Amino acid sequence: MSSQQQFGFLDEHAKKEIRRTALKAVAIPGYQVPYSSREMPMGRGFGTGGLQLTLALIGKGETLKVIDQGADDSVNAVNLRDFIQMTCPGIDTTSFTEEADLIQSRHRIPEKPLREDQLLVLQVPYPDALVIVESSEAKRKVLHGEADYSRLLVKLYEDIVKFKEITIAHRYPTRINNHYVIDPSPIPRWDVPKLHNSKALTLLGAGREKKIYAVPPYTQAIPLAFEDMPFRVENFDDENGQRRACERCGCTDSFLDEYIDSETGNKIYRCSDSDWCEEQMGFPRSDTADYLPETTVTNVKSSKELVNA
Amino acid sequence: MGYVAIKGGRDAIEGSKTAFDFLRTQQAENEQPLQAGAIENQLRLLHSRVISEGGLYHPELASLAIKQAQGDSLEAAFILRAHRSTVPRIAETEALDTSKMRVTRRISSAFKDIPGGQMLGAATDYHLRLFKMELLNESPEAFRAVSKQWMDELDLDTIPDSFPKVVEVLRNENLLAPIKQSRHDQVPFDITREPLVLPLPRSAALATMARGEQGGLLSIAYSNMRGYGDIHPTVAELRVGYVPVMLPHPITGKPMEVGEVQVTECEVVAMYEEQDGKPMFTLGYGACFGHNEVKAISMAILDRALQKGEQHGPSHPSEDAEFVLLHVDGIDSMGFCSHYKMPHYVTFQSDMDRLRTTQDKQAQEEAK
Amino acid sequence: MRKVLEVSRLSKIYGPGCPSCIEKTGPEYETNICPDCNSVVAAHDMSFDLYQGEILGIMGESGSGKSTAVKCLFFDQEPTSGSATFYDQGQTHSLFDLNKAQQRRLSNHRFGMVYQNPHLGLNFDITAGGNIAERLLMSGLDHYGDIRERAIELLARTEVLTQRMDELPRNFSGGMQQRVQIAKALATNPPLLFLDEVTTGLDLSVQAAILDLILEIQQQEKTSMIVVTHDLGVIRLLADRTLVMKYGRVIESGLTDQILEDPQHAYTQRLVASAL
Repeated sequence: MSSQQQFGFLDEHAKKEIRRTALKAVAIPGYQVPYSSREMPMGRGFGTGGLQLTLALIGKGETLKVIDQGADDSVNAVNLRDFIQMTCPGIDTTSFTEEADLIQSRHRIPEKPLREDQLLVLQVPYPDALVIVESSEAKRKVLHGEADYSRLLVKLYEDIVKFKEITIAHRYPTRINNHYVIDPSPIPRWDVPKLHNSKALTLLGAGREKKIYAVPPYTQAIPLAFEDMPFRVENFDDENGQRRACERCGCTDSFLDEYIDSETGNKIYRCSDSDWCEEQMGFPRSDTADYLPETTVTNVKSSKELVNA
Repeated sequence: MGYVAIKGGRDAIEGSKTAFDFLRTQQAENEQPLQAGAIENQLRLLHSRVISEGGLYHPELASLAIKQAQGDSLEAAFILRAHRSTVPRIAETEALDTSKMRVTRRISSAFKDIPGGQMLGAATDYHLRLFKMELLNESPEAFRAVSKQWMDELDLDTIPDSFPKVVEVLRNENLLAPIKQSRHDQVPFDITREPLVLPLPRSAALATMARGEQGGLLSIAYSNMRGYGDIHPTVAELRVGYVPVMLPHPITGKPMEVGEVQVTECEVVAMYEEQDGKPMFTLGYGACFGHNEVKAISMAILDRALQKGEQHGPSHPSEDAEFVLLHVDGIDSMGFCSHYKMPHYVTFQSDMDRLRTTQDKQAQEEAK
Repeated sequence: MRKVLEVSRLSKIYGPGCPSCIEKTGPEYETNICPDCNSVVAAHDMSFDLYQGEILGIMGESGSGKSTAVKCLFFDQEPTSGSATFYDQGQTHSLFDLNKAQQRRLSNHRFGMVYQNPHLGLNFDITAGGNIAERLLMSGLDHYGDIRERAIELLARTEVLTQRMDELPRNFSGGMQQRVQIAKALATNPPLLFLDEVTTGLDLSVQAAILDLILEIQQQEKTSMIVVTHDLGVIRLLADRTLVMKYGRVIESGLTDQILEDPQHAYTQRLVASAL
């Protein structure tokens, strides 16, 4: 059937529309640009917004990394990667962060800092940070236009009054370039500072809600907070105030997953970013013997060209 | 251990796919595989629903989708929609003219007799919902005998091809506002090519509802019928049939018939309002692919409710365009509902962090 | 005295409007509904000035259009015609020519509004303190401790028990809700305050206390105010100058004392007589 023949699954008009939308998103940092959003062969909510961006931006000869919950081989990441590979013949895939030209991710930003020639695509279920205080999209649009985020700040105020803490765990409202406040997708608070002045472009795609927005490279991304109640990332200290380490690689500065060991019943902590964990453990960093890390740095990649065009 | 569940994702997916297909074939010894034609005819109302929610008139692929999805109408419509994303648009048809419909059923609850007459056609409305036990083990002979008998008794000469529309009668009597000429010049909003940015034109609302999920449309329309709204609809006309599809001839440019699509159309006449200085009945319109009467009526009621909401401000959920239109799409809503089954380890870890910190703070306060 | 506000020929018509709207409505026709097009002439040709520290009363019965000016000035509604100039910190703002964002900035920072219905002025789903915080946050304050401190100060100022600042306003009495509304309106120290029937429906003793509070604020902060009411008592106590409205028209205006002593219009005469 034709769906297998078309590079990137979508017809060319759709891809063009997505690229135009992405360009507009880069031009207005943090602004949610509406687009028509095609149906993908996987469920709305399974990353169809990120997927449409990836399919519209990736080109032959480029290398793709797909992660879900920090892992390259969790079910949804596998499913998305297989589909992209099937519909985009000629691309390479990798699990090594530094090898990837384009990284599509759900719920995590890689621990390893990204470079200028890399592109991060985040999958977004709820594109609008204001949705927790205003359910009408029409009204939210006005609030965004006027950069009126007082109601979100009141929510933080009320949290502190009630719980002495800001209760927002993930999807932490983050102000981009001093104007628009975005929902940075359900990344943990741990990952939010990585958006700030990032070398790489981050594109956020919400397929079901039909919006694309961006945090361009070297752009301010400041989580909402109070001067005297600062934004805080997840705490991984143990009872004695000691930072917990990953049980596998020993890393003490990565986001950890918590498990119950089914044999002993004890809690175990491991790096959520599986690639990072393997690097810390000293696993070899290349799929192929002739791989040279420098080439990816100097190569101009077409996805970048498209975005920079 | 936890990590194992994430590793080996590929094998798990493959296993899940084969298990799903196995269930379809587990009675291989005794059963015949379902053929596309059997689905289209013997499960024709399910088929209609899938064609309409999939937004693609392709009877054969709709049958395949139903077979593949093992009868899940949402999944089947989804497969059709995803296919639609890959197909380039080669031409645009003229607006369908439903007055030219080859009608198979047509009723009006507004008038006892209507020009052309009522035509009950095939419907379950007056069925007694009692089991027909003879269908349980129906023989091929008995199956064929039903259709043969019906065809034999049919008097083809008495059936007119098309009927005048009931709403025209109301328009001629000045009970319903005439169609504004300017409407004809408006290019309908294409929801598959343009982003939905509120406020939306009526054509975008209608297109969204035409692909909407039947249950979703019904439940919001029902809220209006029950009292969360007061449009007081009367079905002026409900018609089901086949409408010719016209495309411009590639050389002469003249419109020519390239085929026909089955459509259900409903026009409800509702509470009168002042229009251009004169009180007139108002109209709600619903239409969708296939034979879906509940859907067409629900859509017509919601169309009217949304127009009312636009004019006077919504006072009920069914009158709020954003509420109705962003929640009736089956592909969107089922996708998002299903996504909660995906791993959410990272966000849950983050949630636990917040709760533990909050509990700690409270314990500290209490200790003071 | 410094002029704060100048309103000129303000009109508000609901409906399509037609040439007869003005001709065939008003006190002499005893209606504000146009007989030809059914439009409602809520207010026509209102002009007035307001000076620093002055309280202007707008009086009339329900449907007279007395709230219209305040609604337009606070940008809750758009006027059909007319202009309004706001003089503030050396700047001149032509209110109806500003865009929405500029209008919202002014209404957040430089105006305060207290509605008859506390539901309009307060968010009942957030605490009394949170309601005040919202206005402070709008004005750019982003220090939690400072916001708390200022909210406590404002609630103490309006005589709300500060121990109750973390409660939802729905648990408060009507008088207390009005005090929270006033505290919220005062949060940014606005030079201009609009009060729309703020004591209507409250117990007499509560009314008196709220009116005292308003006078106190006027004297201490030099806040200019427009007080909309149907209550002659409120006018007598608060307003330096008064406009009397009927069927969308200003039928009498001047110093409050003068109007009460020597009303010119028959309607005002009846009103004053019945109250005395």
